[in-house]
Amino acid sequence: MENNMPQRLSVSSSPHAHSGESTAVIMQDVLIALIPAAIMSVIYFGWQALMLIVLCAATCVLTEYICRRVMKRPQTIGDFSAAVTGVLLAFNLPPTINPIYAVLGSVFAIVVVKQMFGGIGMNFVNPALAARIFLLISFSQDMSEWSRPFFYLSSNSGTDVVSAATPLAQMNSGEPTFTLMELFIGMRGGCLGETCIIALLLGGIYLLLRRVITLEIPLSFIGTVAVIALIGGQNPLWHIMSGGVVLGAIFMATDYTTSPTTRSGKIIYGIGCGVITMTIRLFGSLPEGVSYSIVLMNILTPHIETLTHSRPFGTEVSRNAK
Amino acid sequence: MDKSIFTPKKAADRTQPQELTLPVKPFKTHGGVHVDHMKNTAESKSEIMPVPAKVVIAMQQHIGAPCEPTVKAGDSVTVGQKIADSVSAMCAPIHAGVSGTVKAIGTMLMPNGAEVQTIEIESDGEQTLFPHIKPPVVTNRNELCRAMRESGLVGLGGAGFPVWVKLNYPPDKQVDTLVINGAECEPYLTADYREMIEGAEDIIDGAEYLYDILGLKRVIIGIEGNKPKAINKLSRIISERNLQDKICVLKLRTSYPHGAEKVLIKACTGRTVPAGKIPADAGCVVLNITSVGFIDRYIHTGMPLVTKRITVDGSAISEAKNVIAPIGTSIADIAEFCGGFAQTPKKVLMGGPMMGTALYTLDYPIIKQNNGIIFMGDQEAQSVQMTDCIRCAKCVSACPMLLSPVNIQHFVKTRDVDSLKSFGVMNCMECGCCTYECPAHRPLVQFMRMGKSIVKTGR
Repeated sequence: MENNMPQRLSVSSSPHAHSGESTAVIMQDVLIALIPAAIMSVIYFGWQALMLIVLCAATCVLTEYICRRVMKRPQTIGDFSAAVTGVLLAFNLPPTINPIYAVLGSVFAIVVVKQMFGGIGMNFVNPALAARIFLLISFSQDMSEWSRPFFYLSSNSGTDVVSAATPLAQMNSGEPTFTLMELFIGMRGGCLGETCIIALLLGGIYLLLRRVITLEIPLSFIGTVAVIALIGGQNPLWHIMSGGVVLGAIFMATDYTTSPTTRSGKIIYGIGCGVITMTIRLFGSLPEGVSYSIVLMNILTPHIETLTHSRPFGTEVSRNAK
Repeated sequence: MDKSIFTPKKAADRTQPQELTLPVKPFKTHGGVHVDHMKNTAESKSEIMPVPAKVVIAMQQHIGAPCEPTVKAGDSVTVGQKIADSVSAMCAPIHAGVSGTVKAIGTMLMPNGAEVQTIEIESDGEQTLFPHIKPPVVTNRNELCRAMRESGLVGLGGAGFPVWVKLNYPPDKQVDTLVINGAECEPYLTADYREMIEGAEDIIDGAEYLYDILGLKRVIIGIEGNKPKAINKLSRIISERNLQDKICVLKLRTSYPHGAEKVLIKACTGRTVPAGKIPADAGCVVLNITSVGFIDRYIHTGMPLVTKRITVDGSAISEAKNVIAPIGTSIADIAEFCGGFAQTPKKVLMGGPMMGTALYTLDYPIIKQNNGIIFMGDQEAQSVQMTDCIRCAKCVSACPMLLSPVNIQHFVKTRDVDSLKSFGVMNCMECGCCTYECPAHRPLVQFMRMGKSIVKTGR
């Protein structure tokens, strides 16, 4: 007994147990959930897709590393959040985009949107989406050149073979030609990671099972899109599976930092995302509105938060305190 | 099964005053987390510890005013003799658990930073009983309260609220339900579980006794689903004695913190205790299951609360077991009785890992509401650096009191008294769910405590 007598005991505030969860584990889970869609994007769009994903992720991590060094703050690249931002940004780029723009977007996401506001947990909009909008506005031509799946297999590499209309652009200019099955497996033009719905759903299920995300935001977002499409006399499934609704609803709108914390807040936020997306799609001049809708709702998040904060237990109307 | 599918859902009934029935399944509660149970000592029979050479009895063994010693150095005391009392309305007297001589009246630093008086008793090993111990005469609630005060009983679940104060609710409160807390949701702890196994008869006797003397309409014993043996044993005794109309055992969802008073009342009765109010405001009185067993024994013997069953566990102790020790026994003596340390303890907890207090010395004595001593080794006691909050809201969904620790932590930093109040920081019961779940390892409970003190002091 004397051998193991403690010299000093450490004291701390309770609790003295922890679930073992950490920010890094959550971000790793997100990365794992993105793998199916990443694989499908490489299958559809070739090595260029892989290159873009790696390039964006690497640039984001490097930029974050430099930022933290310059600002003399504790290093945060170990939490993988920069890597997640990079992969998500790559998922939101056209497959044939000039890699320099991808690098530019990654630097913008980390420096301007994330680190200038204080790093992880402090950004007021989703860095990947803000960077996408930044690129969309700056290089609108390059950002809307869509290539056909498997274009890289074609021996003829002329532009007209490579480029393809996205389903939403088609809808704006006439009759859609894609079948629902084609949309479901991603046989269409579009951003790198948004096309293969089934891969995204797989990732979403993984995140739900790992309790990284909850159902409120994806369901209310996608549900609202479907309802408005129905009201507008269009096929709701078609609206859900074309464009970036599924990628946005599962991976982008659920970003912790920029979404409300309460259940009701999350539902309001998801509905708002759906309404803005469909407003832009049906009435706007742009073919797609997922990025804008999420960023706009990000900005509203603090207000949703104030309006929906839950009443402490026992302060609700004491109807059963008899 | 035999109900028609056309029976309308009776969701509204729960909110309406209705005839009191015994619940069949628990009511819905908010939040909570799943913790590792670690009930390693569940099957180890309680062992009575030999009388220690010396006990140190702290004068603060309950919530409320500390007691004043009624003995002085050199006095000889016997087992069950009252050695400290107070005139305060919120207090429980303290009795000697060993016979011997009072060595000194000293002081001791409590883990919370307060200094309290102590009585040091050198044991003579005889364990002579106090000659005036006799069963109390109790015919009504007032006499019960008086007897409970003399017994020195405090809530044995951990908070240490004097039981006589709990029972002394104003007559206009219309208390109709006794909720007996057998949840024991803290990891490691099995002291209450052993009481349910070893003292099941006493518990049911005590429950029936309280039912009669308090004039209640029902007694609900809430036990977490991870203790099927205890549930079966108590249910069997209830049906053997034909008490099904009065007492029931309710199997609770296994989720921490189901043993927290307000959560337990919600789960057992569906009633909500208004914020800042006491269980009697929801028509309930809540007693720990070990307290109920003790009440029964006290009514029959008159022996006040002088010993306590304690779960000793953790990776640093050689033999994890349940120990019955006199109050005032030092933790070092208990560790020695449990075979000493298997490895050097890094952190020693009084209570369970979720709400227990970390001790700074092994000389600290056992107090009444103590139900576990956890000796944590290096591995368990490892602390992780906190990182930035990512607003994941896991703390919000974990909070049983529906608070928003993610926001409250910012108001603590900015010392925003108004927002702290409107976000209800005073409702926090420090159960630890938020900190347990936090992926950024933020000490949210500590922030909540700071928030409370900011609201109390106004700065």
